[in-house]
Amino acid sequence: MRAVSKRNEIYIERLNKTYQASGKKAGDGNVHYIIQDVDLVVKGGEFFILLGPSGCGKSTLLNMIAGFVSKTSGEIRVGEHQVERPGSDRAVVFQQADSSLFPWLTVRENVEFGLRMKRVPKAQRREISGKYIELVGLKGHENKFPRELSGGMKQRVQLARVLANDPAILLMDEPFGALDAMTRRTMQRELVKIWKNTDKTIIFVTHDIQEAILLGTRIGIMSAGPSARITHIYDVPLPYPRDITNPEFHVLYNKIQAHFEDETEGSV
Amino acid sequence: MNGRAKKWTLIAAFWLLILILWQLLAALYGPEIIPSPYLTLQGGYELISDGTLLQYIGISFYRVLLGWTLGGIISIPFGLIIGRVDFIRTFAEPFLNFIRFIPPIAFITLFLIWFGIGEASKVMLILYATLFIVMLNTLTGVLSVEEDKIRAARSMGASEWQILIHVIVPATVPYMFTGVRLAMGTSFMAIIGAEMIASNEGVGYLIWNSRLFFRTDWIFVGLICLGLMGFLTDRTVALLGRKLLSRYGVVSTSALRR
Repeated sequence: MRAVSKRNEIYIERLNKTYQASGKKAGDGNVHYIIQDVDLVVKGGEFFILLGPSGCGKSTLLNMIAGFVSKTSGEIRVGEHQVERPGSDRAVVFQQADSSLFPWLTVRENVEFGLRMKRVPKAQRREISGKYIELVGLKGHENKFPRELSGGMKQRVQLARVLANDPAILLMDEPFGALDAMTRRTMQRELVKIWKNTDKTIIFVTHDIQEAILLGTRIGIMSAGPSARITHIYDVPLPYPRDITNPEFHVLYNKIQAHFEDETEGSV
Repeated sequence: MNGRAKKWTLIAAFWLLILILWQLLAALYGPEIIPSPYLTLQGGYELISDGTLLQYIGISFYRVLLGWTLGGIISIPFGLIIGRVDFIRTFAEPFLNFIRFIPPIAFITLFLIWFGIGEASKVMLILYATLFIVMLNTLTGVLSVEEDKIRAARSMGASEWQILIHVIVPATVPYMFTGVRLAMGTSFMAIIGAEMIASNEGVGYLIWNSRLFFRTDWIFVGLICLGLMGFLTDRTVALLGRKLLSRYGVVSTSALRR
């Protein structure tokens, strides 16, 4: 593996996100925590999974790293820089391709969007978009509009669109959640392949334990909200490409499963 | 092709039925009340041969198109700004929803006082008729742009201005188009009102003035011309929308009304 630079490392310290219960005045003790005291270091080139039940605040945490949602207190740094706003160093792959792709642009134009914003000359844009369209397996579909593509293909467009900007970090919010099982497996395999060939850091949000173990180098478990925190981090020492039938895979699966069951019992 | 032929036969039969009904009613009530299709045709020929009809249609079209185009050009930027800037929207939106209930015709007298009895007052009236509909539709469009699109653009390094031009505007095009198309209908209503009250040219004037000569056939000619003018403009606008704006998701639907 290549030596990784610091610009793709993420440091999170004592991060909090709170909201005021509606209609109540500040300081009434009605402060609700969405994210509470999260500490996390994601090293450069890591494939980090945020795993947790729906509504536990993992998307909020991802959106805070992306710079979409402001923090209440604590610190988020990417490399040397504090995260204050969205930046092209942190690309986001959204759960819903339909709401995030630009339907008035073709596949190629979607992929070239970020480059066009940076006023990259057309010839160079073509070259870069061509490379990433091929990488995600959409060669031949360049001039189609998103509405002419299947769900899996649309997510490929999203992936190519962010990769074309060469971000240091990929933030992915359940990107394969809406796909059928077969397509999801293919996409998972290809994502691992793409990640292996680059030195990008990935933070991937999911509620699917199997997906977490298939993809990640480490898995951070988020407790059920409110006041979500990362309760445990599992290392996944299995080699890629990963095999669901591997006994070690199963051991880890059961361990994480048990972790969630304990937690649900504890909260009842 | 069979289905298509059937459709056109049905449409032809429908219009024939209307014509027969019209003829029956005309025979029943006499030409002063309802002029027969033939009399109307004759009246139309009369008006065409002395050149007034085409001139009137032309002047009405000119007023509508000028006011409508100006209204569209002015209102779209305003709609975008109101939609994008929360501070402006807090007071602009109630105002827009207040003013859109005042029909253009209610303003005729005031516009005559403010802009004179010449062309300006009529064009301003159409502009008014267009302005708020297009503005409100654009505003609605801006507010319904998915947050994910804006976030995606922002995290790909787009500036606020680039987001406006490359995300908000294209995503809002279908709404703008609907607004513009609806405004065409209100513009026709407004111009006829204005021409009836304060003009000596135009289709509205023709309809209104014919009463002095008791020429109900000329009124019928005026009404038919209005229907045709509206129908043709709407179809043209829809066709242009479908041809030029299809990538933005503008689909051609049959005439929309408020």
